Amino acid sequence: MTRGGWRILVSVLIWLLGAAPVAHALDPATVRQLAAEDSDAKIEAINRLVTEGDAAAIPLLKAMQDDRLQMLRGRLLIVGDDARDALTGEPVSVGAETPETIIIINRIRGVLGTALAALRLQVPVRATRLTAARALAVDASEEMLPLIQRALTRESDPEIKSLLAQAAAVLELKSPDSEARRRAVQVLGTSDNPQTKQLLTVLLVKAADGSFAEPEVAVREEAQQAIRDIEARFVVPRALGTLFSGLSLGSVLLLAALGLAITFGLMGIINMAHGEMLMIGAYTTYVVQVLFRQYFPGAFDAYLLAAVPAAFVITALVGVALERGVIRHLYGRPLETLLTTWGISLILIQLVRTIFGAQNVEVENPIWMSGGFALGGDVVLPYNRVVIVFFAAFVVLLVWALLNRTRLGLNVRAVTQNRAMADCMGIATPRVDWMTFGLGSGIAGLGGVALSQIGNVGPDLGQAYIVDSFMVVVLGGVGQLAGTIIAAIGLGEVNKLLEPYTGAVLGKILVLVFIILFIQKRPQGMFALKGRAVEN
Amino acid sequence: MTGVSDQTLIVEGRTMGLGHVVRPGEIDLSHGSILYVDSVTVSFDGFKALNDLSFAIDAGELRCVIGPNGAGKTTMMDVITGKTRPDTGKVYLGQTIDLTEMGEYEIARIGIGRKFQKPTVFESHTVFENLELAMKADKSVWTVLFQRLSGEQRDRIHEMLSRIGLTERADSLAGMLSHGQKQWLEIGMLLMQDPQILLLDEPAAGMSDEETARTAELLQTLAGRHSIVVVEHDMEFVASIARKVTVLHEGRVLAEGSMDRIQNDERVIEVYLGR
Amino acid sequence: MMGPVTTRLTQLLGARGWAVLAALVAVVLVAIPLTRAWLPPEHPLYLSDYFVLLTGKIMCYMMVALAMDLIWGYAGILSLGHGLFFALGGYAMGMYLMREIGTEGQYQSHLPDYMVFLDWKEFPWYWAGTEYFVLAVLKVILVPGLLAFVFGWFAFRSRIKGVYFSIITQALTFAFMLLFFRNDTGFGGNNGFTDFKRILGFSLAEPATKSALFAVTGLFLALTFLLCRYLVTSKFGRLLAAVRDAESRTMFCGYNTRDYKLFVWTLSAILCGIAGALYVPQVGIINPSEMSPANSIEIAIWVAVGGRGTLSGALLGAGIVNGAKSWFTVAFPEFWLYFLGALFIFVTLFLPRGVMSLLNARRRAT
Repeated sequence: MTRGGWRILVSVLIWLLGAAPVAHALDPATVRQLAAEDSDAKIEAINRLVTEGDAAAIPLLKAMQDDRLQMLRGRLLIVGDDARDALTGEPVSVGAETPETIIIINRIRGVLGTALAALRLQVPVRATRLTAARALAVDASEEMLPLIQRALTRESDPEIKSLLAQAAAVLELKSPDSEARRRAVQVLGTSDNPQTKQLLTVLLVKAADGSFAEPEVAVREEAQQAIRDIEARFVVPRALGTLFSGLSLGSVLLLAALGLAITFGLMGIINMAHGEMLMIGAYTTYVVQVLFRQYFPGAFDAYLLAAVPAAFVITALVGVALERGVIRHLYGRPLETLLTTWGISLILIQLVRTIFGAQNVEVENPIWMSGGFALGGDVVLPYNRVVIVFFAAFVVLLVWALLNRTRLGLNVRAVTQNRAMADCMGIATPRVDWMTFGLGSGIAGLGGVALSQIGNVGPDLGQAYIVDSFMVVVLGGVGQLAGTIIAAIGLGEVNKLLEPYTGAVLGKILVLVFIILFIQKRPQGMFALKGRAVEN
Repeated sequence: MTGVSDQTLIVEGRTMGLGHVVRPGEIDLSHGSILYVDSVTVSFDGFKALNDLSFAIDAGELRCVIGPNGAGKTTMMDVITGKTRPDTGKVYLGQTIDLTEMGEYEIARIGIGRKFQKPTVFESHTVFENLELAMKADKSVWTVLFQRLSGEQRDRIHEMLSRIGLTERADSLAGMLSHGQKQWLEIGMLLMQDPQILLLDEPAAGMSDEETARTAELLQTLAGRHSIVVVEHDMEFVASIARKVTVLHEGRVLAEGSMDRIQNDERVIEVYLGR
Repeated sequence: MMGPVTTRLTQLLGARGWAVLAALVAVVLVAIPLTRAWLPPEHPLYLSDYFVLLTGKIMCYMMVALAMDLIWGYAGILSLGHGLFFALGGYAMGMYLMREIGTEGQYQSHLPDYMVFLDWKEFPWYWAGTEYFVLAVLKVILVPGLLAFVFGWFAFRSRIKGVYFSIITQALTFAFMLLFFRNDTGFGGNNGFTDFKRILGFSLAEPATKSALFAVTGLFLALTFLLCRYLVTSKFGRLLAAVRDAESRTMFCGYNTRDYKLFVWTLSAILCGIAGALYVPQVGIINPSEMSPANSIEIAIWVAVGGRGTLSGALLGAGIVNGAKSWFTVAFPEFWLYFLGALFIFVTLFLPRGVMSLLNARRRAT
């Protein structure tokens, strides 16, 4: 929410509550304690503000969260466009001095987030309450229980109400009354939130002395039942969701790697500027989008349809220029090709920076690609991801048809298998070379269109994909289109299946390590050609 | 059983007719043969390059292997030298040493030298250095780091230079040599290793008639001291050196015997001339 | 019995070579530190901190270039992951330097600032012993060495070569970069290590400390050069070139080429690690961007520009490219990548044997 929005919101609140000017409601000592040196003291002050439950604390804590709560000559200020006293709200002239920001460590940030959420339960705007309730459903602290219960009685929206009931139930798990705990467990059992399961599991933990975290047998049994209920409801959509996100990541990898499968896999050219072909495809999409917005705003949602052929043609032309200008002089010298194309990639990156600036550019999804398909539970398949899966399938079909159903494809396969013989049979090998390289680059351009719909478009876009693309092609087996497809989808799935256990980054590292080890075992990739052909 | 008497191999394993002691790492020649290829099969994607191939080479023998393209000649050499692992079957050096369990360099160290079809020498080194690198010595990393040529070793290299007729070219880069000279240098490098068995893949390819004749002569003098297996296409060359010829076809032995017998063998004629 | 030793020494470098080396060593090890110690900073012969930092940095890069030349120029193995070994050496030294900060960080804790920020209460186990300089030195050698050895052992055993090897080394450094970017890994995430205060108790801000680091770097560069020179003029060096030109012939000559490649690969990684360890206290920062694939591939271009397969070429190339880089990034920062890219293309297309081939051609002409 913008700062202006906050101002309006706060004034509405003040009016609603019929309260006196902001600061008077807050305890000055508590507010000052927010500036204490000690982190624990700060947290204590925040919790006290929550217990007091005054909405007036919202702008104060929000300012603290944004590092706008600052100290000048012993006076706490909320700094925005101007500076105001945190207690009285009166404007303060800072002059040439720089106020000192109240430093908050990560732990305090967490506390602030939930504290703000708890306080925001009183806000009349439904969306704000919903977000707050979602945050609290998993992360509330004891001080918030009265606030939540009060909100629960007032709340009329069923969705927010169930979330709040959960939040309250989470807190009531710590209640000394075993019946209250049992009811809380029951409520949690109906939750759609996967994290509540974790809370229930904790109750069943057995300590070293044989006692359980939850002393009451009845409550424990209830908890076991609740866990089973939750799990049963999540199993299928979860599994489908994971499989789908693996497929989606695989499709992205495939789109990124398919062009390389042609230039590297079929022609044996190490094109380190392949990533930049993706980037050029993405930037073409951006330019087409800008043109549509300017000249055909009515047809804006169709811009992608025009971007696809445009990206193909432009990257293909860049590819042909590269092949004719540089790469053809380096056939048979792979390491030199590698270095030269790397140089080309640097120039292309800098060129794009010069033209479009170093910042990422904004590429919008068309309306028909935003939103998602709810699979049940908490699983939603975003439409843009679904579209990309189909797009990847379309590109694969296109490549397959080009290679297997056209004259060009026949020539390409002939030249790949035996260049000298193809030459003798009257195939113009140089022409096949530049056409193939152009095709590979154009396919990379199509990949770029897809990437522009799911991530940032910036000059460095290609660099992020070059290692992955090579890994896919090498893993699949050089020269094997089917191998590339299976490798891409397989890697996507493995990545996503690992993610819940290892986290995204570690999962990616594990996959890289796996590929490195795999290639040690089978240097020719999954689909190896054996025999003399490989040796040469 | 030719040549057992005049070759220089170790035959100490024997005791007075009471069987013999097997010593690890030593080539056991108690049965006369130095190399056994025993039912070796190699297949590439279903195509059987070698199909249950078996034959034996006697110590000190000069054997020629011929056969049409794709008969498995080069694959056979790959299997013996450890470049390709057979799917089934074994290759023994003497009675006891299983070559299929060893790495290429180990097979080379134990005494099998190989010349490639395309002459392969170290092109950016001088002829002298080529021979120096090939010379029999301790070839582990640590020794090589501190190794220096002794006078005796220099003499050996110079001796080899004159033997292969490259004394004049000792200091020129091997890459500058003519095709025939490279072939000779490669043979010289093999000999510097002092091998028991020489495997030569088309040693006369690309040579002038005179060079070919000299090569044949050289091989004749080497036989007896070394066991030699020559793979060749040039029938004239084979006829000029061969004592015994093995014909390979479709990955197995089609015929074996003297040159005369081979030339009159029905099946051989059929394979070479077509049906 | 001095005979063989002196002949070996003259084989290493000619009389002129030794003279040039001795002169350079005297300048870097004696003249520059002494003038900086005795002359007032206004004196025209006083070399500024900036100059010492820049040349010190370039000398580190020269060591890396020598290591790269050994593996690529002589053994024919193009590594696109040498930045990783450099960075690991740097991190090993950086951990020690972080401990040397003591409680002078922003939060006055005995922990580095970023650990305080992550709310960690104590050092993770792998920080044990990082306060000892000797252990840091050991780690500078062992960590890159072991990683290279294990990686190389697998890679060379399965006969991965050519571009495949290059691509896999690139993936390796990429994976490590991702790992070091994570805050949880415990090496400061994005920001890495910085704000060092002292080394072995000497303040890093002192000109005398800077001079000393500069001189030590010079010494190590000279030693690295002599070591590489010894290797490439020995039978071992001829064998590396043999592996490069005809590996299977070398194998059929009875050499276990895997051992040779593994040896030179590991050695090369260790040299990079040492260079990284010398680099970090001078520039005062080490972060995961040193492991980015772009950095590693740039090393290859230093060697290519100078002329691979010649040690002086590697030194020259590292000097030229990095000299140009520091000039460009000040004068025309937006043109540096254009220049670097063009350099890659120009050198591979038109000057495959590097600047050294031009110099040699001129020497032959005169």
